[in-house]
Amino acid sequence: MSAIAAPQPRGRVERWTAVSVSFTAGLAALIGLLAFAPLVLGENSLSNLIQLYFLVILAIMWNALAGYGGLVSVGQQAFIGIGAYGVVFLSVQHSLNPYLAMLLATLIGAAISIPLAAIMLWLRGGAFAIGMWVVAEVFAILVSLDASLGGGTGTSAVLAFNLRYTPDQRLRYTYWAALGTAAVLLVVLFVLLRSRLGASLQAIRDDEDAARSVGVRVLLGKGVLFVLAGAGCTAAGTVILAWQLSILPLGPDSIFGVNWSAKMIFMVLVGGLGTFEGPILGAVVLYLLQTYGPQNGVWYFTLLGGIAIAVALFLPRGLWGAVRDRYTLQLLPVGYRLRR
Amino acid sequence: MNWVNAVFHGILLGGLYALLATGLSLMFGVMRIINLAHGAIALLGAYMAFLLVEHAHISTYLALLPVLPGALVVGYVLQRTMLERSLRAGELVPLLTTFGLLIVIGNLLQYFFSSDVHSLPSGRIGTASWRVSSHFTVPWFDALILGVAIAVLGGLQLLLRRTQMGRELRATAADPDTAELLGVDARRVYAWATAIAVATAALAGAFYAMRSAFDPFSGATELIYAFEAVVIGGLGSLWGTLLGGIVLGVAQTVSAQIDVQYFALGGHVVFLAVLILRTALQAGGLRMLPRGASV
Repeated sequence: MSAIAAPQPRGRVERWTAVSVSFTAGLAALIGLLAFAPLVLGENSLSNLIQLYFLVILAIMWNALAGYGGLVSVGQQAFIGIGAYGVVFLSVQHSLNPYLAMLLATLIGAAISIPLAAIMLWLRGGAFAIGMWVVAEVFAILVSLDASLGGGTGTSAVLAFNLRYTPDQRLRYTYWAALGTAAVLLVVLFVLLRSRLGASLQAIRDDEDAARSVGVRVLLGKGVLFVLAGAGCTAAGTVILAWQLSILPLGPDSIFGVNWSAKMIFMVLVGGLGTFEGPILGAVVLYLLQTYGPQNGVWYFTLLGGIAIAVALFLPRGLWGAVRDRYTLQLLPVGYRLRR
Repeated sequence: MNWVNAVFHGILLGGLYALLATGLSLMFGVMRIINLAHGAIALLGAYMAFLLVEHAHISTYLALLPVLPGALVVGYVLQRTMLERSLRAGELVPLLTTFGLLIVIGNLLQYFFSSDVHSLPSGRIGTASWRVSSHFTVPWFDALILGVAIAVLGGLQLLLRRTQMGRELRATAADPDTAELLGVDARRVYAWATAIAVATAALAGAFYAMRSAFDPFSGATELIYAFEAVVIGGLGSLWGTLLGGIVLGVAQTVSAQIDVQYFALGGHVVFLAVLILRTALQAGGLRMLPRGASV
């Protein structure tokens, strides 16, 4: 007879809570509602929302890489540039419909990311970070050497869009493309993180060596994230091109510029690295800062860098992480909760 | 003969890249972090020298006399305030904070110095060269930089091997916890390593700025070249850094010999080729590279 009874499991593991069910449904409804925005909103508001959507895409993709894969990249602008120049190449030089070109360019970006993953994922930590920057520089130089893509002085896709659409149509279709891409990527990431692979990804994030020792296929997990982030950033690049039409290949503020990395890191850090909801919040914060913050580029980026340093040091889990720690709240359930 | 000349100039140029890479290599060797702001700090050194040259009307070499000790102090303070905290916060945080620093320094330099292109005067030695034949010349200035790079690397090697501080640095690099048990103040050691790294960066930045024109965002290029030299030569190995710098320099000058526009691209291609080769060797189960060379 045993004197000590086996402890009864008193907790209940749950994934969906009342809050998260209603929030996820609410978010889906919001996306559905936003799809009708072009019917009621004016030109400026649509343009602003497109900007918000591509920031959301960039933030969730950078977070997928760094927050779940532990891969800090300062070269994701390589894919932004590939997306933008891919659309120019297909729609201006090969007269494809620009929206079809956006889709094809995204696939090209995904295809390029596969061999890149095979090379770059051997690098760890800072070596991966700068290695990706070199990759971005290589693509920028290659594009700037190609006179048919406008060389170092940049190019524009105005003609490709204007041949087929009025400016009003372009704005609306780009709006739907941006919203649709953001929604699809959110769903893909959500499903991915809830899958078996997602569990192994979170294990990699928490401790790569420990994960490997219990049989997690680390390289596969990182590879999936790298390709997803590559495709996602390429898609964002195609939206950015359709939104701003003219692009430059060289310099920190160009389509291949390192300032994109500054924005991505800011959004993810401020929102909450490694949380699902955080980067979306971070994108909203960056959007507000862009709209209402300093209009001088120098102070804007100084502020961005300064806040990123402060958050990394003093609020490492970001705004959303801080909220979640305080209220144990999870709106989009990618993890599990133990409830008594 | 032009090709021989290109290779020779590449070797000399390698000295500059080795000098740029020294601090990056040292910080990685001691703390296992890659300082993404390294190039921006090098550029900051160049701008400080530029201020002195412009306002005190002294030569760049003289301007380095106050700039280098200043850089030591900046490095020490940087470690004690920002990097030390980053190091404690985990593997990714030093990358994020030094990237933030890179953005802040670049933009502040643009605010204070505008985005105009500047260059630092290099004196008579800057333009003098020794003409061996009509196709083959030895520029004194590049030879000087290579000499300085070898002196700095050799000096650092001596410091690491022969002095008490060097022993503490190596002990801390090997195992900070055990070193602390034996009475080494790891935080002080780290601060000295960063101070030395920042000073060599400032020196390299000044030479870079004497050799070619610079603007507030040249730091990115400097970081990338330094990093490529470090990776080609093997992370954390000082003499490997010199070799890596030379390989990078030769790759660039030989590519430029084909077409001037290929200068930077040639270096990037060689860097990526080294990565691919290393990947192939590791995938094949061959470990031909020494331990210090793995990234």
